[in-house]
Amino acid sequence: MTDHQLPPSEMSLEWLRSMTLIRRFEERAGEQYTRAKVGGFLHLAIGEEATIVGAVAALRPTDYMIATYRSHGQALARGSEPGRVMAELFGRVDGLCRGRGGSMHMFDLERRFMGGFGIVGGNLPLAAGFGLTSDYLGNDEATLCQFGDGASNQGTFGETLNLAALWSLPVVFMVTNNQFGMGTSLERHSAQTNLQIKGEGFGVPGMQCDGMDVIDTWAVTSEAIRIAREERQPVLVEALNYRFRGHSIADPEDYRTEEEVLEWSKRDPLVTFGDRLVAEGVLNDEQREAIDLEAIEAVDAAVAFADASPEPEPSSLYDDVYVLSDQVRGWYSADHRGASLQKGEELS
Amino acid sequence: MAEMRYREALNQALAEELERDPNVFLMGQDISVFGGAFKVTEGLMDRFGEKRIRDTPISENTIVGLGVGSAMTGLRPVIELMTINFSLLALDQIINHAAHVRYMFGGQVSVPLVVRMPQGAGHQLGPTHSHSFEALYLHVPGLLVAVPTTAADAKGLLKTAIRDDNPVIFIEHETLYGQRGEVPDDPDFTVPFGLAAIRREGSDVTLIGISRMAQTAERAAEQLAADHGIEAEVIDPRTLRPLDLDTILESVAKTNRCVIVEEGWPHGGVGANLAALIQEQGFDDLDAPVGRVTGVDAPMPYAKSLEQISFPHEEQVIEATLALFGDRKRASRG
Repeated sequence: MTDHQLPPSEMSLEWLRSMTLIRRFEERAGEQYTRAKVGGFLHLAIGEEATIVGAVAALRPTDYMIATYRSHGQALARGSEPGRVMAELFGRVDGLCRGRGGSMHMFDLERRFMGGFGIVGGNLPLAAGFGLTSDYLGNDEATLCQFGDGASNQGTFGETLNLAALWSLPVVFMVTNNQFGMGTSLERHSAQTNLQIKGEGFGVPGMQCDGMDVIDTWAVTSEAIRIAREERQPVLVEALNYRFRGHSIADPEDYRTEEEVLEWSKRDPLVTFGDRLVAEGVLNDEQREAIDLEAIEAVDAAVAFADASPEPEPSSLYDDVYVLSDQVRGWYSADHRGASLQKGEELS
Repeated sequence: MAEMRYREALNQALAEELERDPNVFLMGQDISVFGGAFKVTEGLMDRFGEKRIRDTPISENTIVGLGVGSAMTGLRPVIELMTINFSLLALDQIINHAAHVRYMFGGQVSVPLVVRMPQGAGHQLGPTHSHSFEALYLHVPGLLVAVPTTAADAKGLLKTAIRDDNPVIFIEHETLYGQRGEVPDDPDFTVPFGLAAIRREGSDVTLIGISRMAQTAERAAEQLAADHGIEAEVIDPRTLRPLDLDTILESVAKTNRCVIVEEGWPHGGVGANLAALIQEQGFDDLDAPVGRVTGVDAPMPYAKSLEQISFPHEEQVIEATLALFGDRKRASRG
């Protein structure tokens, strides 16, 4: 832990609640995956809760947040209903994206959570696009873009940082350095392992935070967001953290030792932060237990909600491929008549 | 009506839409001070300023990504890429994001983005600057694809593209920029997507020309009439997504024969797709197999002698058309 003062009690407790909810949600999501309730890939953020909650706490509700394929936690931290996040994992109509996106593609426009994205490095240009809108419209909204250490090797990293600096866009780029690009360790994938300086050549100054410490993450991100918002200077923040689970559920983790995982788990952000709140008298053990129970209940309710939600109707298959209008009347008008669903003809 | 070049018609469309909607802005390489590699954006910088006419670094994928992000949050970006070959660098953002974010996020956002770029051979630019890739974009659900061939369509379709809420791939042709044509003066003149233009009426065969090939087909039709007594109906689909299949099928029902002319490669091409649709939907109307005339199945060569035989001309269209008539019409050749 860094030696920051604790923030006001209500704020501290809110962060603990948010981190606990993410932890319990992710554990349950993993369990549901093994029961085949969840399809595809499932990337859990267990161990990375402080990086998510601390970063989101630095944002205003009108700021934009964008993340990667590991994004259930970000949606929850932005205030998305756990039931709708779980329903998306289950591929149900009440999912955040009506079952179209799944685990890797959460999105909640109302909360300006601008998405989980499945292409590594693909979300950086979009973040700069949100920043461009804020700049163009002349408002003081800022954008926070999270991506992994592996994404810092993509062409979009350099291209976007250059453009953001060139155009003075209010964007904070946060590289969550969890030490591995999937199963390839940092020193095996990046010639420069001090990721915070990787943007300097593009005119983007770097900062670093302890991503296992919610207070430090919040403090550093807040300053970065202030610089972006007020000085119109994009910033790169490196959040050092560790994921306790594999890259995805289907990961034998041959690339790291149990000792290493054990060593990092001593810095479990949930445990260390909770311990400190108890030690400083912000809450007692009973209250701590109550926060945990509350999270478990919320996740129970989320699973029940997702289970009760229907699967999408086949007739909805072509919904939202296009924005329909007089000239784009539906799938038929954009395509041919070969398939059995002829939505455009129904509409015309 | 006013006579102007294709590039001037595009310029006028951009200027009118920039005037009409403050959230419309342009991004691209060398589009402001330089006026665009093909001078389509000339003068716009002086009129609208650098906030709305933005020169970008050479970072195609990121430029398009910025366009998607700004479109998702309320702006209406129009991006110019210098050639369609360079758009290959931006395929990730075009397909994974521009075309799909609306669908994958359950309809929560739209992407009112236009990506303009020229394609086509004829200027000896070799294998990285002169291909025709409309078939690539036609393949992708979520995109709209326009291929204007006249100055009026260039203007009318571009205005529609900018006003539409879907991402539009707007494919211009390098050799058409200098061509003149009549363009309506009305600032509210637009051309709807999904409505084919019948360039020439005829009763013997339907020629469908894609992009510049609509003009090649028209010239071939005149020769077919003069030399062989064959009256060809020439259709320019103008947009490939949405596609006006009805007009094509009605024409084929009348002529019973069809040849599709395109500049792109044969395998998986626009013609391959159209031929499949026509035989599925109009098999009973056909008196002969659907013919195709395409670019050759090779990268684009530099040498003029080779480049010129790499894409269709009237002779190939005439030959392919005559083949559909068997001996009867061939005989009248001499």
